[in-house]
Amino acid sequence: MADTESQPSRSRDLDKLLLRPGNLVGPNFEPGPQLRADLQEYARVLVVGAGGLGCELLKDLALSGFKNLEVIDMDRIEVSNLNRQFLFRLQDVGKPKADVAAKRVMERVSGVNIIPHFSRIEDKDLDFYNDFNIIALGLDSIEARSYINAVACSFLEYDSDDNPREETIKPMVDGGTEGFKGHARVIIPGVTPCFECTIWLFPPQEKFPLCTLAETPRTAAHCIEYAHLIKWDEVRSGKTFDPDDPEHMKWVYEEAVKRAELFGIPGVTYSLTQGVVKNIIPAIASTNAIISAACALETLKIASGCSKTLSNYLTYNGVEGLHTKVTEFVKDKDCLVCGPGVLIELDPSTTLQKFINLLEDHPKLLLSKASVTHRGNNLYMQAPPVLEEMTRSNLSLPLFGLMGKIPMDIVHVTGTTRKNDKKTSSLRKLRVVFKGVDGVIDMDTAGGA
Amino acid sequence: MIRVFKVKEQQKEATENAKGSPIKKQSVGELRLHKDISELNLPNGCKISFVNGKDDLMNFEVSIQPDEGYYLGGKFVFNFNAPSIYPHEAPKVKCKTKVYHPNIDLEGNVCLNILREDWKPVLNINTIIYGLFHLFTQPDHEDPLNQEAATVLRDNPKMFANSV
Repeated sequence: MADTESQPSRSRDLDKLLLRPGNLVGPNFEPGPQLRADLQEYARVLVVGAGGLGCELLKDLALSGFKNLEVIDMDRIEVSNLNRQFLFRLQDVGKPKADVAAKRVMERVSGVNIIPHFSRIEDKDLDFYNDFNIIALGLDSIEARSYINAVACSFLEYDSDDNPREETIKPMVDGGTEGFKGHARVIIPGVTPCFECTIWLFPPQEKFPLCTLAETPRTAAHCIEYAHLIKWDEVRSGKTFDPDDPEHMKWVYEEAVKRAELFGIPGVTYSLTQGVVKNIIPAIASTNAIISAACALETLKIASGCSKTLSNYLTYNGVEGLHTKVTEFVKDKDCLVCGPGVLIELDPSTTLQKFINLLEDHPKLLLSKASVTHRGNNLYMQAPPVLEEMTRSNLSLPLFGLMGKIPMDIVHVTGTTRKNDKKTSSLRKLRVVFKGVDGVIDMDTAGGA
Repeated sequence: MIRVFKVKEQQKEATENAKGSPIKKQSVGELRLHKDISELNLPNGCKISFVNGKDDLMNFEVSIQPDEGYYLGGKFVFNFNAPSIYPHEAPKVKCKTKVYHPNIDLEGNVCLNILREDWKPVLNINTIIYGLFHLFTQPDHEDPLNQEAATVLRDNPKMFANSV
């Protein structure tokens, strides 16, 4: 390890965590130089997003001893990013964030290798994500987090005792910031709650009634939303509004000003327009630094086991003074994304109709009038009549064939179940395994959803 | 966890990964929509059609033919677009038929509280369709989108009936 010889102090702090035993270490922790070398050689981390959190994360992870990093971001650099996305300079405006971020960190930290990806997260194959050991998220929307969560949890497989199989777990560290507040959480699919298990925590987004916008605006935000939602369609119908196009945003701002003047409402500014239309809250460098530091530390802990990880949700509030708190959320065992689902073993000749009948008597389900969907294909729908007709012919076909002839896969069913003499509707995840089919014994080659 | 990573990496080099990776990803929104659609119980006069076939439940059309009120005899078509994070966010609903109605403007925007400010994830497609149906049987002139239609309805219901 030539670089540590010539720069003896470089990994001095890291060595304190990796080279010696301790009382707070994680399970299976084996201190020593082998661990440090393994981290450099075998740990592959993906940083999703190269913005406020992403830039800080890349720096933190590179300096923490990770040598194989990759970063993905679909955006280009804008002037407003420069107050906190410190890897970018004025002359970089217009270039892809991922490329510039990777280049700058590699210039400053010798030995690290960062591969940038200028693309949308949805455009990458599942195989791409499977190559990484840990995924660190620096995203800015619920949709993006939901997507990555679904991807990471799709690799998870359970054994016959409904325990997660360790080699299929893809840990994620998710951070988010908004002004002076932020959160950092550790998601270990199958162990901690996943993103979807706790999605109900989000408060509903503020939406104004359309009639208020159209007839009785009272606030500056009403005027802006009028211009954004109603006036745009009237005048420029056919063209989709693009919040990232400065010309579109300027048009909305000007129309909002006109509207505000008409109703005598003060307060419409360009930055408020951006805030209302894009849901932007002004970002602060220190919050990003704090949250990404927490995330990078958790990533190091997960990879090396040098300490017990955060369990499992940290919130930070710096509005007045500083406050952080860690809450331990519990996994939803019926979660559609990370839950094991109910195991159902079938003979490959079982027809769809027989399968549906089986669900009614299954002790864990007691599901009647079931509709079945597999990987986006609706195999049978009980309602509405038009869909029932279209899927009725599948009932007499073997389920094995309808599912693409794979030995094991995830299927979702919805129907009515009886609970304490009350009928409620229920949506359940099932793990269907076909007995006696080649490959089903060796779970490593079976497909998972 | 580094041991697990090491083992995996070494395993990968040794064996050919023959498993076909799943190509299509189904979002949780689609699953919830599958549930809503399979439990649909439409009022009389409402029909639903799936523009992209039986496997795309996120985009569909509903046509409503009210059986009473000012709009008896008319047929009104609505476009539904469910977001990927449904039911966290309400589906986008627009009216494709030009209609003289205090709560529907000429662009097709529909003023229905549960579509915007009163949307809750516990609501579903059935409740939206019932809400839309209600708009035709009981138009509301209190909070209008089409100001002219609303005033006419309030002041002179007979003239309103003629204008529909």
